[in-house]
Amino acid sequence: MTTPGNNGAAAPAHIETDVLVIGAGGAGMYAALEAARAGVAVVLADRSLIGRGGATVMAQMTVAAALSEQTPDHWEHHLADTLAAGRGLCDQPLAALLCEDGPHRLHEMDGWKVGWAREDGHIKQAQAPGHDRPRCAYVDFLSTGPAVSRTLRAQLNLVNGIRRIGELVVVDIALRDGVACGATALHLPTGEAVTLAAKAVVIATGGLTGLYRRNSASANMGGDGYALALRAGAELIDMEFVQFFPIGHLAPRLVGMDPIMWDPFRYKLGGKLLNAEMREFEQDYATQDTRSDGRYVLTRDLATYAITREVEAGRGSPAGGAYLSFQHVPEAEIRRAFGPVVDRLAANGIDLAKRPVEVAPIAHYHMGGVRVDATLRTAVPGLYACGEAVGGAGGANRLSGNAITEALVFGARAGHNAARHALKSTSSLWSAQATQSALDLLRGAVRRDAPNPAAVIRDLKALMADEVGPFRTRAKLQSALQAIARLKNEIGEVPFSSASAFDPVLVDWLDLRNMLLVAQSVAVPALARNESRGAHQREDHPGLDDAWCVNQIVALSRNNELKLGRVAPSTGRVAA
Amino acid sequence: MKATLAVQRGVPGEPPRIENFEVTFEPGQSVLDGLRALRCETDPSLGFRFSCINANACKECMMLIDGKVDYACTVRLKEGVMALAPLPKKALIRDLVTEIAPPDERLRPRP
Repeated sequence: MTTPGNNGAAAPAHIETDVLVIGAGGAGMYAALEAARAGVAVVLADRSLIGRGGATVMAQMTVAAALSEQTPDHWEHHLADTLAAGRGLCDQPLAALLCEDGPHRLHEMDGWKVGWAREDGHIKQAQAPGHDRPRCAYVDFLSTGPAVSRTLRAQLNLVNGIRRIGELVVVDIALRDGVACGATALHLPTGEAVTLAAKAVVIATGGLTGLYRRNSASANMGGDGYALALRAGAELIDMEFVQFFPIGHLAPRLVGMDPIMWDPFRYKLGGKLLNAEMREFEQDYATQDTRSDGRYVLTRDLATYAITREVEAGRGSPAGGAYLSFQHVPEAEIRRAFGPVVDRLAANGIDLAKRPVEVAPIAHYHMGGVRVDATLRTAVPGLYACGEAVGGAGGANRLSGNAITEALVFGARAGHNAARHALKSTSSLWSAQATQSALDLLRGAVRRDAPNPAAVIRDLKALMADEVGPFRTRAKLQSALQAIARLKNEIGEVPFSSASAFDPVLVDWLDLRNMLLVAQSVAVPALARNESRGAHQREDHPGLDDAWCVNQIVALSRNNELKLGRVAPSTGRVAA
Repeated sequence: MKATLAVQRGVPGEPPRIENFEVTFEPGQSVLDGLRALRCETDPSLGFRFSCINANACKECMMLIDGKVDYACTVRLKEGVMALAPLPKKALIRDLVTEIAPPDERLRPRP
């Protein structure tokens, strides 16, 4: 590393490696491990602390794979369920990779002592909505994500060749002649610019649910990887499909727990969704989905639809959602199933045996993302993507339990392939010129009193929730696109700053630069898709339209305008 | 309801200063909710760490709250004055932000 500069004019700190992995959630950590196993030097960078940010650590739920531990299974059954949930739009090679490789990754994690819940000597697999049989492993109690993160962090410590650098915000991918050759980043604690040279770059930055007011994401899930990919010349696919988790916690105020915690309670105890009349309403909507199974009747898109419709019909709970009740379950059984979690709920004034809680849809996952081939490579040579940052495997609606599987499988595959690419390159293409524009951007930051970028982010989240949420209309989407253009204009092209060390104003501005581009990348294809499919519901175009069984592709033109294209899905027509 | 957050601010090498911010809240809201609202409404330059926002999963929002080490995402706002300060045994970066990254996960690992 060269001598660091203390101010913008000095030479930036510079790091050289073979493979740069951006994002240290489940996918990024697995990518780093596999790249290092292939024998290359790896830098694993994250804007948060390593293995603490992102979505994996938040996941309290289940991991789907055809392990055949609970009941005989085959990955092709898992694939059939994945394709059916995707409403005809899945990228079949990616979905098949997820399902076929999932059991290997789950067994590898088992060997690393992740602690999958066991029963009668085998890994216990729960039945989750949309699956034809019990397929979902988990770690008790509500500890799946933290256990996966902890296990991968421990493996990182055991492997040579991985340099971990937290608190590093990647501003742009460095390119030379259209080939990825590193990145430019902001080091948060010092405020200095850092350049990174790499022979291959892996985007593992997660999804975009941080664009929405109510979400289950970490603060760093504003879709920055999508913007990095777009500006580097890669394509995005299926960006209009944002999954809302139907029963996100709404009331009473719950602190210290993930708002999407209620699904495992339902798997284990069979919670009932009730409207204001204290009547179960799922069956009223379930007939729309022929694949529904008995106990847990709706896939996520239909459950979101059902709750929203009940609220609109005036049958919502006081806080504007539905009641989730476990009052029919004996107190001892609740305690047996969730042990210490019951005490954490009690500290929040929640007693499930006595009173229902209120739940409502919450932005949870993004089906769309960076377009890759089955080797996880983007259209940009040397640039790979993995995890939620990748689009296509889930089609129009992701099957529950597939997100962590996707993180592990795609992470491992992208890391391995990025390493192979790096091993074929004799030297990095990096040159100072490749990072110049991003360095100029950072050095141009100015102090400004208005607008307040934190407030602009708040406004953008409200806008996305109200106008680009699960239920859309042409008028709302057009209004959203106008507002996004206005906000872009407000923040301008010169970053704001407020301090040299750990400057949240500069970070917010850099986030807005990405978030506004990504918000537009969701709204533009949503406006074009004149039908309702999976997570994309157009109130002015209800129902599937066979002509719309296509994937939409978003890219940036040479003059930085968004352009929209269409491709035929790589999956056959599958009954919805 | 209203709380006054008395926040210790500043960078290393300068005497710390206390700034008072008033935040309106509903019962049940967390100190982190208050800090985030304050950045939107009053002072976006206020430095504090957080990542998971609500889940107590990332453990980044640790600070000194009324003299006790705690998580801003799980301590609830209360009426009256609440004193917020950076962790006392960690190197100060700015405002409520301290150096909590493991040494081998920093840009410049300490010897």
